[in-house]
This record gives sequence, structure tokens and C-alpha cells, in this order.
Amino acid sequence: MYAVQIEGLTKIYGSGDTEVVALADATFDVAPGELVAILGPSGSGKTTLLTTIGLVTEPTRGKVVLDGELIAEGGWPPGLDLKRVRREKLGFIFQSHNLIPFLTTVENVMIALENNGIVGREARARSIEILKSLGLGHRLDHYPALLSGGESQRTAIARALANRPRVILADEPTAALDTENGKNVMALLKKLAVENNSAILVVTHDQRMVEGFDRIFTVSDGRIVGEKRNHVS
Amino acid sequence: MNLALRDIRHHRSRFIQTCLGLGLLLGVVMSMGGIYRGLFTDATAVLNATAADLWVVQQDTSGPFAATSRIPEEIKYRIKAVPGVEQASALSFQNIQSERHGKPFRFFLVGYELGGMGGPPEIVAGHPIGQKHYEIVVDRAMKIALGEQLRLAGDDYTVVGHTAKMVSSAGDPVAYVTLADAQKIQFKDDNNAIRNSREKLAGQLSRLPFLAPNQASQLTPQIATIVGSTHIANTVVARLAPGADLVRVQERISRWNHFRPLTGKDQERILTEGMIKKAKMQLGLFRAILLIISGVIISLIIYTMTLDKLRVIATLKLIGTRNRVIVGLILQQSLLMGLIAYIIGFTLIGLTHDKFPRRVDLVAVDLQLLFGIVILICIGASLVGIRKAMRVEPAEALGG
Repeated sequence: MYAVQIEGLTKIYGSGDTEVVALADATFDVAPGELVAILGPSGSGKTTLLTTIGLVTEPTRGKVVLDGELIAEGGWPPGLDLKRVRREKLGFIFQSHNLIPFLTTVENVMIALENNGIVGREARARSIEILKSLGLGHRLDHYPALLSGGESQRTAIARALANRPRVILADEPTAALDTENGKNVMALLKKLAVENNSAILVVTHDQRMVEGFDRIFTVSDGRIVGEKRNHVS
Repeated sequence: MNLALRDIRHHRSRFIQTCLGLGLLLGVVMSMGGIYRGLFTDATAVLNATAADLWVVQQDTSGPFAATSRIPEEIKYRIKAVPGVEQASALSFQNIQSERHGKPFRFFLVGYELGGMGGPPEIVAGHPIGQKHYEIVVDRAMKIALGEQLRLAGDDYTVVGHTAKMVSSAGDPVAYVTLADAQKIQFKDDNNAIRNSREKLAGQLSRLPFLAPNQASQLTPQIATIVGSTHIANTVVARLAPGADLVRVQERISRWNHFRPLTGKDQERILTEGMIKKAKMQLGLFRAILLIISGVIISLIIYTMTLDKLRVIATLKLIGTRNRVIVGLILQQSLLMGLIAYIIGFTLIGLTHDKFPRRVDLVAVDLQLLFGIVILICIGASLVGIRKAMRVEPAEALGG
């Protein structure tokens, strides 16, 4: 079973003279454990593609299936609990980390677990385990303001991974990092995709990072104009 | 994990400062309520201390507190003789303003008969007045030590006792002297005035054609004594015997010319509905305005705090946090702010209410009501922030 299946996915903003086609007829599948890049210049529609898969933007047409569950066909099915799907199946990593500033590193991870009903000591123990595995064992009780860019992004990755989602969506995760930290984050994502058997879709325009991906989709003017497979181990 | 507490922990100093500010405001609201209540207590302090069933005053007046009333002192004997009356005493009331240590010094002087009604209800230091003249009992608030002397109408009065929390309806501290001294202070002219009026009287009598000069000179001191009599009181208070019919006694005295018998309840109504009504209304209005201001301030603070957290809220929504958690974050902070501010205000007023120039009566039911209102304001105020938070789109968490 594919982790992500999209078919004819289209998003149109406005109508008539003001109509803007942000995403047109996108179709692809992503297997579990696959690390996929969506590459393209600003305004090309790559973030719209990501947010449509992430149940943030409602598609105008097309179909989205996440981990075997139909989550969009034309629009969102009536009665679909978007938050439940996001909690259970998706993990998000942001360009600017988006850590909760008033929560410590460990609490930032715990909040994702608590959203899924894992609370108290169990949530804390699991959060610490994830953070330690990402090399943040010494930063557990630090606030985000005291973390470096790389540490913040690893904390965000830990939060995205906390519920072992089938799909992780990352929006420019290396944009705020220097080359070395960026490469470390990409290597980490690759490792996690394999270890957790999660599909990871990364929106980026950072050409430095494309080497590590299994597949690269190029988006231009809302259309997928290219697909390239890297044969990396 | 409680997000509201975590946020407060992180922004501790800002939260405490906000609570302090709000606490001061609520303290002012509480003090207004206390002053509002204190007005009533002050207004009825002398009335309640006298504990009279009837207040006989000059006809067509609402004396002795709300209007001037002058009646002959000896009417007390006639009142005492009415069936059902157990005790009757003449009382004198007057406001006195003088200077002490270069500052205006104002108090309310009560003249009472030793052993009669209307004297100081409680002596907290020293002893009650023991002799007929030149002793005075003052309220502690007047800050005159025992043994000190106070000059009134040309005579020195020695402070022999202190009362506590006895004030007039105007909020001035109360002092007590004997009725005879009070009459002298209130009604007796000074020597020059007596001389002048006697000369005037003598002149008028000498011009009367039917009086011989020696008759006029013999009549002058007699008439002067009658005219200059100080045996006047502002009211005569009466206490009825157990089981006596108040209405009946009141009706009987009403039939006499020149007098009006008011019951204790009548006096209370005159004092609270007449004399302090406007002051109470003004304080009540001021308190309502302050509560509205508090509500607006809490709303603004909560709204601003929510605006500061819009990206956090968007992120929480994106990672699937339930709405009730986000609502809880805003609502709990609002309630906690109200609760802490209330405690600060209450502590502040609890520690300082004795130092206010006027009585501040902190009544439990008022404080409970205010607490309820504060909680309602907090809930109402947080609704503005919650509405804003619910409108935040998860997409706002994306992008740089």
C-alpha cells in the first residue's frame, strides 16, 4: 500500500478573471520509507501541493489517499475529521521550526503525543527517547529560544516523528540552516524514512540538498514538470 | 500538560505585572464597595449607638441629623410620663470645626445626660465622663491623647476616654460631653454678646411708656435670663418598656403641638435614603464604571495575549491539537489572571482598609458577588480571544 496517492490534484483560487491555478492535475504515489523532494521556484505551487496533501488546503479537484484512507475527492469528504487525520497519519516540519516558545524541548515533543492520547510519564519517556536518539539528550529542558538552528530543527523533527506518522511533510526544512546543518537534517530525514517506514515529502528550492532524495519532482507554474529518481542507498 | 500554566511559567514576570495592575484596579473596586457600605454604617452609627425607639424632634422637621431641630429640654419629663415609655433623655448634636496644630479640625459633638441615653456606646481607653462639666470623650480617630485638653467655646475640656469607629453621617469623628456642656457650647452667647443684648433689651424696655424706669431696670435681668436660657435640646430620645405599643406612643406624642415623634426606622430612612442617597448612587456608579473598565482591560489583555500566540495556535491546529485544548489555554489564563488579580486586590484592601480616612466595610456577600462578576468578566473577555483563535487557519503556521 502506498503511503501517499494523489491523482489529478488541482487547486484553483478565485474564479472568472481572478482565477489562479495554483496546482494543476498533479498525480503521483509515494511508498513508505521513500524520501521525496518537491523542487521548484517560489510561487510554483510546491507548498500548495504539500498543504493539500496535509489537509490544510482543500483541493478543487482530484483525489488524495493517505495510508489507504481517502481524504479528498474533489473536496474533503463531509464529516472527515481533519485534525484526527493530521494527528494520526501526518507529521509536519516547518522552515522556521514552529516550536512552541513556552514549552521546553521535551514538552514540544510531548504535546504531539498528548494530541494522540499519550500523556504523563509515558509521553515524557517516549519524548526523551526520541530526543536522545536525535542527539538532544542534553537539551531536554531548554526553551526553543536557547537552542541553535540545528537543534531547533531536530526538535521539530522529533515532534513530527513522535506519533510515528505514515507521512511526514516538510516545508523548506533546511532553509534556515547552514550547509552542514542542512545536510545533517537531510541525512537524518533519510535515516528516519527508512527506520520508521514513513514517506517523507520535502518541499525545497535548495539545490544543495537534492542528492539525498530517492525521487525529485520538479514543479513549475502549478504543474509537475519533471520526475527524477536518485539511486542512492 | 497544561498549556496555560506553561505559557504563564514562561512569561512569568509579564503575567505577574499584569495581575498586579489588574489587582490594584480590583482593589479600587473593592474599596469602592467598602466605602459604599461604610457610608451606610457611618450614617447610622450614632443612630444605632443610641438605640432609641423614638426620636422626638421639632414639628415639621426631620431632625436632628437631617435638619435643624430645637425643642425645650424639659419636654423629656412629659415624654417620660407617657404610658409605655421606660426612659427618655435629651440630646444635643452639633458639628464643630476649629483648628488644631495649624490644621482644620472637624468633629461631631454629642451632648448627653450622664446615666441617660445616647452616650458613648463603648469606651476603648480611659473612662466615661464622670463629672458634669469639662470632661470629654473623643473618638480615637481624632488622635487626641487621654489627659489632653481641648478648648471649646472658651472652656478647656479634658479628654478622659476614647471611643472607636464612632462617626457622624458626614464621616466626622464623634466626641461626647455632658448635655449641660453641649448646651453651653451650642447655645450660650459670649460675654460681649450678652452685654449687647442686655443693653438692647434695657433700651427697648425703657422706651415702653407704661413701665416706670425702675420697673424696666428690674425686668431687664429677668427677661434676659429667660431669653438666654440654654435648656434647649435637639431631640429627646425615648426607649419603650418591653411590650409597649410603639405606634400608640407615637400617636399620642403626635397629638402634642410643636413636636414630631420619629421612630428609629424613620430616622434610618431619613439618613440612608435622604442624606447619603446621592453619595451612594455616585459610588455605585463609579464602581460599575470601574468594573466595566476592568472588563475592557481584561478583554484587551487576553486579546493581546491571543494575538501574540496566533502562530503557536496555528501550529497547534496543524499538528492536530483539539480545539478544547486551545480554548482551555485562553480561558484558563483569563480565569487565572482574574483569580490572582482578585487575591492581590483583596489582600491589598484587607491590609489597608483601616487606614482609609472613611470607613471601608468589607462585606462578605459583596466580595463574593464581586468575585463572581470578575469570573464572568474573565469568561466574557476570553471569548473575544477564543473567537480569534478559532478563526486561525492551520496554514498560518506554514512559511517563514
